[in-house]
Amino acid sequence: MANSMIERAAAATPSVTARRIRGLSDRAIAWIFVAPTIFLLLAVNIFPLIWTIRLSFTNFRANRPNAEVEWVGLRNYQRILTDADIWATMQATAHFLLWTIFFQVLIGFALAWLINRKFRGNDLWTTIIVLPMMLSPAVVGNFWTFLYQPQIGLFNYTVAFLTGADPTSFSMIGDVALAPWSIVIVDTWMWTPFVMLICLAGLRSIPDSIYEAAECDRASNWRQFWTITIPMTLPFLMLAVLFRGIENFKMFDLVVQLTGGGPGSTTELTSINLKREAFEKWRTGYASAYAIILFVTVFGLASIYVKALNKVKER
Amino acid sequence: MKRTFPAATAVLLAASSAAWADDLTLCWAAWDPANALVELSKDFEAQSGHRMSFEFVPWPNFADRMLNELNSGGQLCDLMIGDSQWIGLGAEAGHYIKLNDFFAANDITMDDFLPATVTGYAEWPKGTPNYWALPAYADVVGWTYRKDWFERPELQAEFQQTYGRPLEAPKTMDELMDVAKFFQGREIDGKAVYGAAIYTERGSEGITMGATNALYNYGFDYGTPDNPYLLEGVVNSPEAAAGLEFYKELYDCCTPPGSSNWYMSENIDAYKSGQVALQMNFAFIWPGVEADPNVGGGRSGYFVNPEGPAGHFAQLGGQGISVVSYSGSQDAALEYIKWFAGPEVQQRWWDMGGASALRAVVEDPGFATSQPYAQTFLDSMAIVKDFWAEPAYASLLLAMQDHVHSYVVAGEGTAQEALDSLVEDWTEVFEDEGKM
Repeated sequence: MANSMIERAAAATPSVTARRIRGLSDRAIAWIFVAPTIFLLLAVNIFPLIWTIRLSFTNFRANRPNAEVEWVGLRNYQRILTDADIWATMQATAHFLLWTIFFQVLIGFALAWLINRKFRGNDLWTTIIVLPMMLSPAVVGNFWTFLYQPQIGLFNYTVAFLTGADPTSFSMIGDVALAPWSIVIVDTWMWTPFVMLICLAGLRSIPDSIYEAAECDRASNWRQFWTITIPMTLPFLMLAVLFRGIENFKMFDLVVQLTGGGPGSTTELTSINLKREAFEKWRTGYASAYAIILFVTVFGLASIYVKALNKVKER
Repeated sequence: MKRTFPAATAVLLAASSAAWADDLTLCWAAWDPANALVELSKDFEAQSGHRMSFEFVPWPNFADRMLNELNSGGQLCDLMIGDSQWIGLGAEAGHYIKLNDFFAANDITMDDFLPATVTGYAEWPKGTPNYWALPAYADVVGWTYRKDWFERPELQAEFQQTYGRPLEAPKTMDELMDVAKFFQGREIDGKAVYGAAIYTERGSEGITMGATNALYNYGFDYGTPDNPYLLEGVVNSPEAAAGLEFYKELYDCCTPPGSSNWYMSENIDAYKSGQVALQMNFAFIWPGVEADPNVGGGRSGYFVNPEGPAGHFAQLGGQGISVVSYSGSQDAALEYIKWFAGPEVQQRWWDMGGASALRAVVEDPGFATSQPYAQTFLDSMAIVKDFWAEPAYASLLLAMQDHVHSYVVAGEGTAQEALDSLVEDWTEVFEDEGKM
């Protein structure tokens, strides 16, 4: 009893307050400690969410606070789900998401595997590789627009040097076919080091004794890779995919700086589109419905993914 | 003690003046004219004792940032030089104070200003004598060209031979296309140059401000005098579609590589660096062009947006100056407007690189010859047409940005489809607004 939460709290509290605390149950004390956090969560997360759900059924515009607000039922949801432009935006986001994750995991894992092998200058190379992720996305977006510039851009000149093509004959951010790849390339350049670091943590967590045992059993390198390295780093890889997936689903700054969502709407990702609806067109009700749809989508997909991740970890 | 006394007196004087002086913040876009206004306003500070500070935001973020400020009832800005299209929102949402009584009490009459600027920058609803701003900066889209290249005998001869007419500033849309094609990919002084730098920017208002210069002259309009919200057959008429096709052809044939998202500053850079023979841009850049060591000093010429098959118009730019209703210093802000409206101040505004809309300044006999671009400015201001200034202008603008950029730059669909989609979007906006 002397060690109860009440006694410990009372001992560390001024005497007047301590007397009051002694009259409370453990459960009450726990609630007192947790209450500020719960209040903060309710105020910062839950209340805005409920408010957004409510707004999504109205025609409210935040730039006209005095205008009459009309209850429109499911009209906003219906409009969004039947709008071809929104689906095009979703497709652009899916393209960006899938390809960036694919390249980042592939290259990130390969780099981690190379860095994990002991060689001279290992630390220096690690530092150089992780440099891009230390830069601001807005800065990265801006300087890649120069790298992609057909007349003076280093990227175009490199491609021209390798292929013999005229550097001014193609525009990475002005061509409908190339623009989606231009944002994939930049995001991959910037965030592959992050995936590499997670993979490196996974690779370094594998005990050497397992490989030694496999070598005693005369397992080839190829077999060791597929039966030890991959399964044991899989939870780390899945974690990297989750992080990058969530980050890239809400990608905004880098793409805005790089392409502004163009040409046309080719690289207008959902977050850019949502921002335009909410804070440029000021269709707050409509944008709220849009945000709820995105929230449900991301929340649903993330929940399924986390369950899968837990199963992999349990294996 | 001898030293302390004057110092203390100075502090007291400063404190006493601070008691009656106001701190005024003027919000505008970050561009050359804003720097001229800072200089000009020093006289107002000296005369009134009020202290001026300035909040200038680069054009691509200007609307975003300032409309957020107004919509949130922010008190950052006492005076707002807001874009012409904001006037409907400013008036209907109560962001700006109405200036009619103030104008009447201070003998400021809108008859003293260029009619197009009064309609464009001050009135809401349009065509009614309800004033929410004083015309502050008259601006219009026009063209700059490399006069020194046009005067080269070998180029003149080649152009004459190819097109059967002299190489000179184009007067029609077709001539504009010919000149742009003539220069595209040409080597001048050992460098590859291109035809024209035109507006293609997608994020804010760029491509709309550019494409309308072709659209208007081919027959595009915003409703009709009888029905201001009639869109079908007016916005998407076959003639309007031909105008959009013209703009796309100009983009495809005659612009520098990589110019898929260019607006004012990119066009200026391309022109000043000798990349292009022609430059579409607002007239505000002309003083800067004249002063530029590479292209100024007589090496550049200026011409009005060329005529098209259905008319002769140019996209209006420019802004009016309004008093923000959330300001705590409205009296001082009105004092500034009264000072700014004065003929001497307006004359100095023009002399310093600003663009006065006061008729006493621009109709002065010496005005047309006061600068190499002054006559072109006057001619352009006489043919202006502006985008919607409705409270929902942002939705209308973004819809046009999307559809025009998708067709012109991304090459998606046809011009007719782009304008048909635009009519659909605009109809939805006006239905939401209860105007259709």
